[in-house]
Amino acid sequence: MTSRLIDLDKVGMIYEAASGPVEALAGISLSVEPGEFVSLVGPSGCGKSTLLRIVAGLRPATAGTITVAGREVTQPIPDIGMVFQAPILLKWRTILENVLLPAELAGKDPGALRKRAFDLLEMAGLHGFADKLPRELSGGMQQRASLCRALLLDPPLLLMDEPFGALDAMTRDDMALELLRIWGERDLAREARKTVLFVTHSIPEAVFLSDRVVVMSPRPGRIAADLRIDLPRPRTVELRASEAFGRLNLEIFRTLTGRAVGATSS
Amino acid sequence: MTKFSHLGRQYWPTLVLFAFLLASWQAAVSFGGIREYLLPAPLSVWNALWHGDTSWGQHIWATTFEIIGAFFLAAGVGVALGVAIAWSPLLANALVPFLVFVNTLPKVAIAPLFLTWMGYGIFPNMLMGALIGFFPVVINTAVGLSQVEADMLDLGRVFNAPKWKIFVKIRIPNALPYILSALKITATAAVVGAIVGEFVASQRGLGYVIVTTQSSMNTSVAFAALIWISAVGLALYGAVVLVAHLWAPWAEGID
Ligand SMILES: Nc1ncnc2c1ncn2[C@@H]1O[C@H](COP(=O)(O)OP(=O)(O)O)[C@@H](O)[C@H]1O
Ligand SMILES: [Mg+2]
Repeated sequence: MTSRLIDLDKVGMIYEAASGPVEALAGISLSVEPGEFVSLVGPSGCGKSTLLRIVAGLRPATAGTITVAGREVTQPIPDIGMVFQAPILLKWRTILENVLLPAELAGKDPGALRKRAFDLLEMAGLHGFADKLPRELSGGMQQRASLCRALLLDPPLLLMDEPFGALDAMTRDDMALELLRIWGERDLAREARKTVLFVTHSIPEAVFLSDRVVVMSPRPGRIAADLRIDLPRPRTVELRASEAFGRLNLEIFRTLTGRAVGATSS
Repeated sequence: MTKFSHLGRQYWPTLVLFAFLLASWQAAVSFGGIREYLLPAPLSVWNALWHGDTSWGQHIWATTFEIIGAFFLAAGVGVALGVAIAWSPLLANALVPFLVFVNTLPKVAIAPLFLTWMGYGIFPNMLMGALIGFFPVVINTAVGLSQVEADMLDLGRVFNAPKWKIFVKIRIPNALPYILSALKITATAAVVGAIVGEFVASQRGLGYVIVTTQSSMNTSVAFAALIWISAVGLALYGAVVLVAHLWAPWAEGID
């Protein structure tokens, strides 16, 4: 018996652009179990962001059905955390006020969530920055703040669209570890963890973080491969140097570039 | 402290040039035989400013009152119209062509009509200033309310926030620097409007003083009035800049 949190059935998306219709996604069938960490990799323009928005209910798909938590998605779905490539913090609000924004938008009492906001900032290494304006923080710190914002209401589902794309390689690897810690890799049982759908164009990042890596083909985006990443958890820095890690990287690379027949494991 | 010495270093050439021009001017009038009713000497202007028979107080007060009234009227109406346009496409379609038409009218040409409709007084002059100054506020308000990152709006939708809340928490603060930037233009326009209004019809105000000096050939008083107008205008402009700096410090460098 497999429970499913996200279920996509033959999802397609055609944009009506000024220059004519653009087919962004075709025949995407994919399911994600609760507590699973799934990465989407694929060439730029293959529809990864589109897919994430469709799952969030922010854009309607033009074909197929999308089910999240047993309900068909027709409008923005509640209880999700969303992280975009840019931190998109409100520049007139302090970091703390930015982290508390979801409470205000969702009509919850921000006062009651202050403690949680502080805890999240502490955990993200931003405890001294609660009262600073976004422009006083580095890009990496701003992105961590936006992660705190996404986590404020403790959503069971996290949708992340190239959240570390703008960061330098070292900060990026740090953030990956941080994310796994927040996700509860070390201290939570699998069912208690958040479900994460994580878009990236970095293969090593996808392998390092994920339980599964879904490889997408160029436009229109289709699923080219769906690989289980059976690397031990908790993942460590040393893992990056292991042979198994390298082999998975290579396999995904080959699927992406079409230099060998992609091995699918599902 | 260092800030002021820095300013001193930056602006001393301006001050020197200004002093030089004043001195040349004075010399040209005193020794060059230019008649005072054509170009009064700086010292005569100085005398008119402080010791003449003009009761400056009431005129400065009338003009300042008109300018400030015009400024707030333009700001209030401008922001309200900008919000209406950004809020509803229907209102936008109804209002924008009309506003563009009003803006293309030479507003100064309407001033005599104001006299016909409202008679003498402070209010028509205020209205003239507001009419000249409100349009940039409408445009900047509408633009500032719409120029929000798409991802930011998606974030609002993720939390199922109602439209008014997105307006209050995201769009309006986003528009604030745009509005403040337009208000700098409005501050200048309010001065122009008030003076034009006084030119056409008034019994008080600095514009009125200038008009009356024409018949009395008392040109030094006209110059003095000009100085007062600039002082009032500069004070208002400075106040807007200061408020913008305090209220939207994050927006430095937007305009
Ligand atoms: N609003 C839109 N209108 C028209 N075309 C779009 C729109 N959004 C995305 N596309 C197109 O759809 C394709 C997929 O875009 P996207 O989902 O952003 O890809 P990715 O995130 O994988 O880079 C691209 O070719 C893009 O140009
Ligand atoms: Mg994208």
